[in-house]
Amino acid sequence: MAKEAKVVEREEVVVRFSGDSGDGMQLTGTLFSDTLALEGNDISTFPDYPSEIRAPQGSIGGVSGFQVNFGNGKVNTPGDQADVLVAMNPAAIKAHKKYVKPGGTIIFDRDSFTERNLTKAGYKTNDPVEELNLQDYHIVSVPVTTLTREALKELDLDNKSILRSKNMFTLGLICWVFDRTLEHVESFIQTKFRKKPIIVDANIRVLKAGFNYGMNVQATAPRFIVDKAKIEKGTYRNINGNMATAWGLLAAAEKSGRELFLGSYPITPATEVLQALSARKDLGVKAFQAEDEIAGICTAIGASFAGDLAVTSTSGPGLALKSEAIGLAIMAELPIVIVNVQRGGPSTGLPTKTEQADLMQALYGRNGESPCVVMAAGTPSDCFQYAFEAAKIALERMVPVILLTDGFLANGSEPWKIPAMKDMPVITPRIAKDPEKFKAFARDEDILAREWAFPGMPGFQHRIGGLEKDINGSVSHDFENHQKMVNIRAEKVARVVEMVPDLEVYGDEEADVLVVGWGGTYGHLVTAVRQLREEGKSVSLAHFNYINPLPKNTEEVFSKFKKIVVCELNLGQFASYLRDKLPQFSYLQHNKVKGIPFEVHEIKDNVNEILEN
Amino acid sequence: MLVMEDQLVYTPKDFKSSNEVRWCPGCGDHAIMAAIQKAMAGLGKKHEDYAVISGIGCSSRFPYYMSTYGFHTIHGRAAAIASGVKCANPELSVWQISGDGDALAIGGNHFIHTIRRNIDLNLILFNNKIYGLTKGQYSPTTDRGFVTKTSPFGTIEDPFIPGQLVLGSRGTFFARAIDNNVKLCQEVCEEAAKHEGTSVVEVLQNCVIFNEGVHAEISNPKTRADNQLHLVHGKPMLFGKENEKGIVWEHGHLKVVELGKDGYTIDDIMIHDAHEPSRAVHMALINMSLPEFPVAMGVIRAVKTDVYDEMMVKQIENVQAESKIKNMDDLLNSGDTWVVE
Repeated sequence: MAKEAKVVEREEVVVRFSGDSGDGMQLTGTLFSDTLALEGNDISTFPDYPSEIRAPQGSIGGVSGFQVNFGNGKVNTPGDQADVLVAMNPAAIKAHKKYVKPGGTIIFDRDSFTERNLTKAGYKTNDPVEELNLQDYHIVSVPVTTLTREALKELDLDNKSILRSKNMFTLGLICWVFDRTLEHVESFIQTKFRKKPIIVDANIRVLKAGFNYGMNVQATAPRFIVDKAKIEKGTYRNINGNMATAWGLLAAAEKSGRELFLGSYPITPATEVLQALSARKDLGVKAFQAEDEIAGICTAIGASFAGDLAVTSTSGPGLALKSEAIGLAIMAELPIVIVNVQRGGPSTGLPTKTEQADLMQALYGRNGESPCVVMAAGTPSDCFQYAFEAAKIALERMVPVILLTDGFLANGSEPWKIPAMKDMPVITPRIAKDPEKFKAFARDEDILAREWAFPGMPGFQHRIGGLEKDINGSVSHDFENHQKMVNIRAEKVARVVEMVPDLEVYGDEEADVLVVGWGGTYGHLVTAVRQLREEGKSVSLAHFNYINPLPKNTEEVFSKFKKIVVCELNLGQFASYLRDKLPQFSYLQHNKVKGIPFEVHEIKDNVNEILEN
Repeated sequence: MLVMEDQLVYTPKDFKSSNEVRWCPGCGDHAIMAAIQKAMAGLGKKHEDYAVISGIGCSSRFPYYMSTYGFHTIHGRAAAIASGVKCANPELSVWQISGDGDALAIGGNHFIHTIRRNIDLNLILFNNKIYGLTKGQYSPTTDRGFVTKTSPFGTIEDPFIPGQLVLGSRGTFFARAIDNNVKLCQEVCEEAAKHEGTSVVEVLQNCVIFNEGVHAEISNPKTRADNQLHLVHGKPMLFGKENEKGIVWEHGHLKVVELGKDGYTIDDIMIHDAHEPSRAVHMALINMSLPEFPVAMGVIRAVKTDVYDEMMVKQIENVQAESKIKNMDDLLNSGDTWVVE
């Protein structure tokens, strides 16, 4: 008789699914994460996939991973390392072993250990456990392929379809290990394949087979119990960064009463913003898939000229292509939001990997004196809020706004308390009212923004363009006028500071070390600082979502700390910017450019070192 | 402006801005602008519903000289910007002004894709076969072997024939005119405005400074009757001072014949069908060049098919009628949600 499985109670557990990019690991991971969230855990996810859609089967380069961290408290990161790795083939074990905690659990499909697969993954022996020194790990060897075939023997299915449902076996098994129901997964399968009853049947059979296998052989797998998280009351949903960005823009369109136009060209990892908005014709979105990145922003500029809330979405190389057009929007003083989902650069770089690659490009990557508002979202779900704010600033201040997110936020997901539209801030576009008084470049004395009049409005006919203009909108080569207009455009962006909330400090307002970060590293930085503080260290965090202009109280916040360390996933772009803007402080740096997020322990080690010196 | 019986009647003057026109004296652009202003005055559209979008180049200064809404944008991108304007407000009459460099070199990609989509724009292509604003370099329509500042020994590349590109991009409207015939320019611009979809009008334009006389053989009042064929839908393809010459279709090719000679009569002459969906004859007409053939003028192709901006509006309406999601609150609460008590 089998012994009772060892039950481990944990506050947080990290699971990583890995397999060939055709093995369905992203779907498996997403379904498991959704199940966790629906059953009351806080989660944070991180898909880690290769840029090739189908890299050679069984190769190290083709391994696709999906990591989820779930817990009974606030979960801010997908976790540094996994407690459990689910590996579909020998290549997955080899490629992702480094992401498993020492002594962690590795569940794998032992049927995949064929000579062919072992050779392709570069093994020299036929025993990966021995060869990779995995003796100290908890190894769960499961004949996934055999059991999947067995579960489906009564159905008339071809070999390809059988092999395709293997991922459901592991998903069923993992649901058993973590004490989750199959309810959500079953209803997903029923909806997704409703037109193919045999596929619904097959997937559910295999899913249950995996779950039952876990139960039957329980002596060999430790079970993890994670209680529900204590979360604020409300209605929740899971959301990833790209979806949150798209929805934030939609919310801004509704609040501002302007129609939403998106001009965009598919580019990893920003494509989902275009897809999400293309799906929202029901909310009147005009999603225009342009012929290239330049046409993406140029159609948006045209739509802005004609009165729409205009947006373009892209990633690093695409932002480079759009730079001339951003200059036009600056010169013509038109509202537009440019969403840049950063990825590893330069050039094509690491398309599917995350990096805070484009801060300098966003701030300075144009000809002439061409300041833009630059913002950065901090977590997958707050992309909603910052996309909304970006649109609000653009429409109320008649400026282009660049919103930086990144591959980590774009694909990572977390539970999100759904806001009510009535609680969202009002957006008041600067639509011109009096044709008698209208001049193309007359402006409000306080905020320096011009008024917005567009074709179709009688009496406001005017011309704008990329050439320098005087107040009336006439072309002007007058040198005094140019100096004046350059100053005004810069000052107009600087005065957006009135819309920027004060910088908040996580932790004490005075301490030995201030960790400074911006954008998508928030989860890792706040987790590291929280843990350091729990260990009694004198450390606080100041995390920036507004880069240009910086919050008004930045100098005051910085002045209360003995040391400042700027942590970012590049070689120090924000640190350089701060040295320029606030040169009275000295900045230490912690940089990483590996295409992956920080790990919490790295940040802690670095801060501890600073505290000791 | 006069308002008569609910009909808007403007004069061309209503479309002139107070800005001083700075094109060179004698430049073909002056005449083309006069023709467009005349066309706009008679189209029955409200003045505020016109938007004129240009790129960069001499001709792209155009919007500044108009009293309509105007946007002088960046090099090559006028088609993309004009597309955005039209999608934002499909009620507008959107005109794109581009030169041969702006539309066919740096803007070539936007040019072909705009035409392929068939967005309802009027794209006026000023073709002077030279870069004027940068003072005389060869353009993508400059003839092979032509000597310019950047081809001092003659160009070693073939030019685009704009109409070929339009047809290759599945264009639904192509017309050709020449700057010294204001009446023809006005007529084709009116037809372009009436056509639903992307209307491309190639205007052969003279640059007095850098390419003086480039179209002289075609425009010369003494020879133009023989060197131009004015196409009118439903009418025979006749040309010459006395309409004594015509075009016939023989063995899959066009051929110039003289009436009464070699047995050809008026019944042999091709009747122009601008609405014919097939591109074969239209392509042959576009390809006609001196000295073997006269150059085809007027509306060569005007074919009706789905228009992007109309389809966009229709698709939105259809989806809205079907969808349960009517506003943001609906969307935010759709799909998998759960309540934390």
